[in-house]
Amino acid sequence: MKTNLKVLLVIPCFNEEAVVLSLFKEIRKTVFPSGIVVDALFINDCSTDGTRKVLLENKIPFIDLPVNLGIGGAVQTGYKYAWRHGYDVAVQMDGDGQHPPAELHKLLELIASGEADVAIGSRYLTGEGFQSSSLRRTGIGYFKWLNRQLVGVTVCDSTSGYRALNRQALQLVASYYPDEYPEPEAIVLYAMNGLKVREAPVVMRERQGGTSSIRAHKTVYYMFKVSLGIIFLYIRLKFNGKRYLL
Amino acid sequence: MENVISYRLQIIAIVTALCFMFFIFRLIARGKLREEYSFIWITCTALLLLFSFWRNGLEIIAHLLGIYYAPSLIFLGAIFAIVIFLVHLSVVNSRQHQQIKDLAQEMAILKKKLEDENQK
Repeated sequence: MKTNLKVLLVIPCFNEEAVVLSLFKEIRKTVFPSGIVVDALFINDCSTDGTRKVLLENKIPFIDLPVNLGIGGAVQTGYKYAWRHGYDVAVQMDGDGQHPPAELHKLLELIASGEADVAIGSRYLTGEGFQSSSLRRTGIGYFKWLNRQLVGVTVCDSTSGYRALNRQALQLVASYYPDEYPEPEAIVLYAMNGLKVREAPVVMRERQGGTSSIRAHKTVYYMFKVSLGIIFLYIRLKFNGKRYLL
Repeated sequence: MENVISYRLQIIAIVTALCFMFFIFRLIARGKLREEYSFIWITCTALLLLFSFWRNGLEIIAHLLGIYYAPSLIFLGAIFAIVIFLVHLSVVNSRQHQQIKDLAQEMAILKKKLEDENQK
């Protein structure tokens, strides 16, 4: 394992005032393997509640977006920051407390050993912890199938927002990252650019506050939008020879 | 009598087209309309003017295309042009969306850098 690893935790949050402080404290308390330096960076995506106040008062490092960009734009801001500030690894982590910092080392191990350029934390590999609703699992099964058909990569938990990227992947996402509901689409982006995508079993919790970006009444729109995004991204990368990797 | 009404209509059409053209040119001159978007409008006004002078033009073209009722050619052409222009606007919109996102991110990162330096 590489001895020195500078890691940036990118935590997008929108109206998460109830969770940010406890999450930050938890990250601080978590003991990481020696040589791994972990910085946390919250991305406040124009929250309308007291998220910004909580971040300011507790001196939590954060980036304040001037306009609401949605999850994709918020996460990309963090990735750009990590890329420019020379971090070896950037880890996306949800701001609602679903992703326990204690599980982070599992993702980092995959990256550090060179096994993966992108490591995705999956709650389905072992079936432990919070598993989400059956409807959600059906949708995720569909994306798993779609991704396998198109790029031959099997990702069991394609909507998981708990993922670690090495520098090669960071360079890619700094130049292009999907906007809305980016997770399943990003997998196609990584695979088509020749990055190794691997999953690590991670135990997740139920969200501790806030609401999912995937709302029940928007499910149909979500499935449609993401399918379209995946298919067109595939076509664009496959037939135009257009690579976002510079 | 028929001719008089017809000429009156023609004059109205020419004046309207000229007014429209003047309006477009004024917008460009004042910098309120970018040249790249004004292109389609100039073409439109040019067509309007052409057909206000060339009174039998519509009939002749419709006949060439095998359209029996000439005015339906106007609707066909107009709707087609509108759809194309709407698609063009969507493309412009998408590009601006991307640019706004990049700007917002740049600004946020700079703001963070500034705050970090102030704290030192």
